[in-house]
Amino acid sequence: MRLKGRVFKFGENINTDEIIPARYLNTIEPDVLGKHCMEDADPEFAKKVKKGDIIVAGRNFGCGSSREHAPISIKACGISCVIAESFARIFYRNAINIGLPILENTEVPKDINDGDIIEIDLSKGRIHDDTRGNEYNTQAFPEFMQKIVKAGGLMKYIKKSNKRFI
Amino acid sequence: MKQTITQKILASHYNKREVVPGEFINARVDLCLGNDVTAPLSIHELEKSGVKKVWDKNRVALIPDHFTPNKDALSANHCKILKEFSKKHKIKHYFEQGRVGVEHVLLPEKGLVGPGDLVIGADSHTCTYGALGAFSTGVGSTDLAAVMATGLCWFNVPESMKFIYKGKLSKWTGGKDVVLFTIGHIGVDGAHYKAMEFTGPVIDKLPMDDRFAMCNMAIEAGGKNGIIAPDNITRDYIKTTTGKRYAQYAKRLKSLYSDKGAEYADIHEWNISNIEPQVACPHLPSNVKGVSSLKKVSIDQSVIGSCTNGRISDFRIAAKVLKGKKVNSRVRLIIIPATQKIYLQALEEGLLEMFTKAGAAVETPTCGPCLGGHAGILAEGEAAIATTNRNFVGRMGHPKSFVYLSNPAVAAASAIKGRITSPEDL
Repeated sequence: MRLKGRVFKFGENINTDEIIPARYLNTIEPDVLGKHCMEDADPEFAKKVKKGDIIVAGRNFGCGSSREHAPISIKACGISCVIAESFARIFYRNAINIGLPILENTEVPKDINDGDIIEIDLSKGRIHDDTRGNEYNTQAFPEFMQKIVKAGGLMKYIKKSNKRFI
Repeated sequence: MKQTITQKILASHYNKREVVPGEFINARVDLCLGNDVTAPLSIHELEKSGVKKVWDKNRVALIPDHFTPNKDALSANHCKILKEFSKKHKIKHYFEQGRVGVEHVLLPEKGLVGPGDLVIGADSHTCTYGALGAFSTGVGSTDLAAVMATGLCWFNVPESMKFIYKGKLSKWTGGKDVVLFTIGHIGVDGAHYKAMEFTGPVIDKLPMDDRFAMCNMAIEAGGKNGIIAPDNITRDYIKTTTGKRYAQYAKRLKSLYSDKGAEYADIHEWNISNIEPQVACPHLPSNVKGVSSLKKVSIDQSVIGSCTNGRISDFRIAAKVLKGKKVNSRVRLIIIPATQKIYLQALEEGLLEMFTKAGAAVETPTCGPCLGGHAGILAEGEAAIATTNRNFVGRMGHPKSFVYLSNPAVAAASAIKGRITSPEDL
């Protein structure tokens, strides 16, 4: 799968309270959650994002609460992929489980600027910065996680594998 | 192979003698839980997938604690989803208002978690139960749905970090200060994906409530779980909570320790005799300073409660500080006993009367203001000191408000003075 979009850049330790504040946790509707995505980090974010755009962030993206509303809101507002230096554990699981593409890379958050246009080849884990012409490789997910992603999320994977996860 | 306590618990739930860090396993879950924020999504996922039955109605706990008593119609709908699902699937551990409490305080109190258990919860602070020598960790709603369907959860076996605390805790400091001190040193991703094993002479003497506060905040260092090997303090606690299941837990106690020679990704050893009460400043739990350096910070609100510090010993400490004193005329002191049992205990001990006379507002058990849910939201520019666990941007309300995290003694002393204060300085 190939993705292309404009980069929205964030710093380190972007937490789930910033991604989707608790005042919106009285709903599970993706559209509503999407409208308020990243509101406390950048109040205009959801309005600026166009379908396919990409978040690039520093270390420990998605730290804090277990709310799956966070990756849901990111996906629903149109973001096609999150690239970060590292992801907090629960966010990482949640993203895989709901089918939000994420990539870990330590160089990209340092090199790529806000507003750059980048292309991602998800199957190869390759990132190309169209604005600057640089290319980056990311490590593939462990095989087991790739199976979940391929199945279209955890619940579909379980159904397919008849309760046997691994 | 020498194993850590975390490896041992995971191995025993995977029917293996041992597991190694980095290995993917599909482990058997003893108990899973969700709340009014996370479980509606899980239930939605389950129903969407056509799952007709939960794997074990006695091993699912549904706890409407975040926005209860229902703060608005949408939240009420979420609670209704939990209630109807519980009825349909005959979920044994569903707690209605008046019996519900903050999940991570309620479940240990009810004896639903014990040493050696494997617990997963759709709430990041599920790591609290490590204080009992359980492996417990937070996951998202879809993971919870998967466990409700199958009783299994996938894990990447974590490496462990060992923390050794030597010395003696000084007056007005406790488990909260030890864990804040730790997060201050290693940072909010210092234990990224790892098991945090708390050990040493300080831990050996640390009361159960303080141990819960420590393991509760493992997630604030990015940890997968926090864990303390069970000992006589654990044994005494579970004797009072687990009822008929006590014998079964007691049998396990002997095997729940880390082997000598087990491998650790990192070992930290500190003498903490001289640490003063610790305060995490906005906007990260790792932005930790000694209380004495923050004397100029004025506060509008003080919150004593939550899954970190809403237990009876926390209120006893707060009462000691507040006795014969009044809450500052421009400060809101909000007291939230984490469960009905603690509420009643505080009532019977005269603590609630004392708090009320001092000018505090006592609330019914709820997560409420901790996550900026309700019942104590901050306005723009306001600052709070709280015994809770997070102080991210907007955590307790307005994106331009400020949260300082502390122990209950400091939160009480600060409510009296109207600025961040050590109880020593009253």
